[in-house]
Amino acid sequence: MGCQCQCGSEKKEDKFAFIDSIIERYKEQRGAMIPILHSIQQKFGYLSEEVQAYVAEKMGVPLSEIYGIVSFYALFTTQPQGKYKISVCMGTACYVRGAGIVLDELEKQLGVRVGETTKDGMFTLEACRCLGACGLAPVLTVNEHVHGRLTKDDVTDLIKKYRDEQ
Amino acid sequence: MEFYRSHVLVCTGTGCTSSDSRLLLSELTKELKANGLEKEIQVIETGCFGFCNLGPIMVVYPEGVFYCRVNQEDIKEVVQEHFIKGRPVERLLYREPGAEVHTQEFDDIEFFKHQKRVALANCGLINPEKIEEYIARDGYFALAKVLHEMTPQEVIDEIKNSGLRGRGGGGFPTGLKWQFAANAKGDQKYVVCNADEGDPGAFMDRSILEGDPHAVLEAMAIAGYAIGANQGFIYVRAEYPIAVERLQLAIEQARNLGLLGKDIFGMGFDFDVEIRLGAGAFVCGEETALLTSVEGKRGEPRPRPPFPANSGLWEKPTIVNNVETFANVTRIIRYGADWFASMGTEKSKGTKVFALAGKIENTGLIEVPMGTTLRTIIYDIGGGILNGKKFKAAQTGGPSGGCIPAELIDTPIDYDNLTAVGAMMGSGGLIVMDEDTCMVDIARFFLEFTQDESCGKCPPCRIGTKRMLEILTKITDGKGTPEDLENLETLAKTIKSASLCALGQTAPNPVLSTLKFFRKEYEAHIFDKKCPAGVCNALLSYKIVPDKCRGCSLCARNCPVNAISGKVKEPYVIDAEKCIKCGACMDKCKFGAILKG
Repeated sequence: MGCQCQCGSEKKEDKFAFIDSIIERYKEQRGAMIPILHSIQQKFGYLSEEVQAYVAEKMGVPLSEIYGIVSFYALFTTQPQGKYKISVCMGTACYVRGAGIVLDELEKQLGVRVGETTKDGMFTLEACRCLGACGLAPVLTVNEHVHGRLTKDDVTDLIKKYRDEQ
Repeated sequence: MEFYRSHVLVCTGTGCTSSDSRLLLSELTKELKANGLEKEIQVIETGCFGFCNLGPIMVVYPEGVFYCRVNQEDIKEVVQEHFIKGRPVERLLYREPGAEVHTQEFDDIEFFKHQKRVALANCGLINPEKIEEYIARDGYFALAKVLHEMTPQEVIDEIKNSGLRGRGGGGFPTGLKWQFAANAKGDQKYVVCNADEGDPGAFMDRSILEGDPHAVLEAMAIAGYAIGANQGFIYVRAEYPIAVERLQLAIEQARNLGLLGKDIFGMGFDFDVEIRLGAGAFVCGEETALLTSVEGKRGEPRPRPPFPANSGLWEKPTIVNNVETFANVTRIIRYGADWFASMGTEKSKGTKVFALAGKIENTGLIEVPMGTTLRTIIYDIGGGILNGKKFKAAQTGGPSGGCIPAELIDTPIDYDNLTAVGAMMGSGGLIVMDEDTCMVDIARFFLEFTQDESCGKCPPCRIGTKRMLEILTKITDGKGTPEDLENLETLAKTIKSASLCALGQTAPNPVLSTLKFFRKEYEAHIFDKKCPAGVCNALLSYKIVPDKCRGCSLCARNCPVNAISGKVKEPYVIDAEKCIKCGACMDKCKFGAILKG
């Protein structure tokens, strides 16, 4: 298992207790649904149907409303993510400097398409919106770390670097 | 108080952090200590200088020596040579593109020389994590002045007289917006800062929040006083972790000193600020969508009127201003409306920050007076086009904007001139394109973006952009037909006039603008089945130049579909029927014998 989150191993009661504590923390704040979901996703890595249903029940809103929010914002995901999330910036500056070529190479070498996770659970490949690091275009992030001034030839080393960290 | 003989400013903005400026910083601190210089030389972490492609950047004062691309390994030499012997390290200094000698001082560098920094005045000069440094640069002076000496109406009049217009894209007069909200009746009003910087290629809001967060907080409090609000929200992208962290810290520091919270300056005025994180939806940059998102719902826009000034957040009177707009406010109050209005053009006052990116030598963040020509920006500040290529167009305004072609390079850039040529100021992303950029592909790229980000609430935008994208994809795939251009224009007009919010109303702009200035490129794709820039794969063909081919067979061995054949030591040939245009042969050829076109 490459996934670092404890979604699989954690007991249901513990999971729900954590969600309760988050809801409690935001109870005074008006319109806090997005920060609540954000905090839960940060802990579990994604928002499963079970988690969404529990939040709906606790907050007293229909599940459809929660799902409406989760599916609207790109930040939320309903699928487990890989240990390393590679997000290739597809902003204009990166695009004109060849981000598309880097992305194609990543798809080829990882054997997955954008939005998918490798079978070993190591990498999730994403195309993302402008990261605002246009001075270093083309850029991508691996989890929080930014890599800039990339070319197609850097892809092999980049993947190797993170595989070796295992 | 300690006195230091030298101050070293190290950029810790997103750009330089990505170039590992943190490693450099710890090495520098360590090395200074090892040489017993820690009490003589002070190291200061700052926000963004704007010259991001040269990162990590380090500036040494009092001389103002500008070092770029400094590595961890260079630090020993800098300490030995510069700080001990007083000789700047030549090889780490900046060199203008094409110049023989290095430029030593910050102020002499062309990139900085033509700039006028108002909104970015503190970025790169102060440590954004220390409120004291902001105060030392007259920070919170404007708020004190407003609370002690001015009535709310006087504040609004000052902003009106300055001629400040919204820097987020629309260019609506800021003072007027404040007036509407001040006049609106309501027991509770709100000030909202739009930091959901979504235009690809624009990063000035991020840099201001990272480099000078207090300027935004102070301006929000001033706005609160002017319209009668005591609560502010900053809606910032979750993708900007450094900005969020520094804002949080800034809010805490301001609260601790009584500059936010209850009874500010003992003048009976309360104002506080909360941060809300955006969750990755471009449409939330639109003000009504942003407000719905702050309320914790799907960020869908709603029809205006009523405008937020009358019915905004939780149906209360609300003003929504962009980060850069707020950054200008404190300076207008401090130096006066006349000072601000003395810069710029007749209808666009002050300065504008642009994010210079794309195929240009100097990428980064610049601030120039309104009315500066594109030529000055691209050639004097930007250092010209990368690899000496030919300038083709500049794209402004992101997915809502358009292109300014090479023949209009002397256009003074302001709100009205940009609108007149079919582009748009937008938030200030300025992407430079050269002869190798295909304008049809760029139009398709933007439509793909808007199509993906369309929230789906209104059909003209949801369905219209989808149809436009299909047509553009068809053209770039080499399957375009003559009626496509007409259909694109009809669709564009309908989407512009019938969409609910600015996202849809401006989505066709990239297509209309490229059709206006680069119609020939569209026609080449459709009629001649050629992509003049050599970008659209389906329209390319690969050829082997017999004179250059040594017959090494490397290309043939790497061709995935066996489309290349020939005899060893004789020129090879590509079978165009079999070729899938993957480009593997061209990548492998060591003699430059394969051409595409």
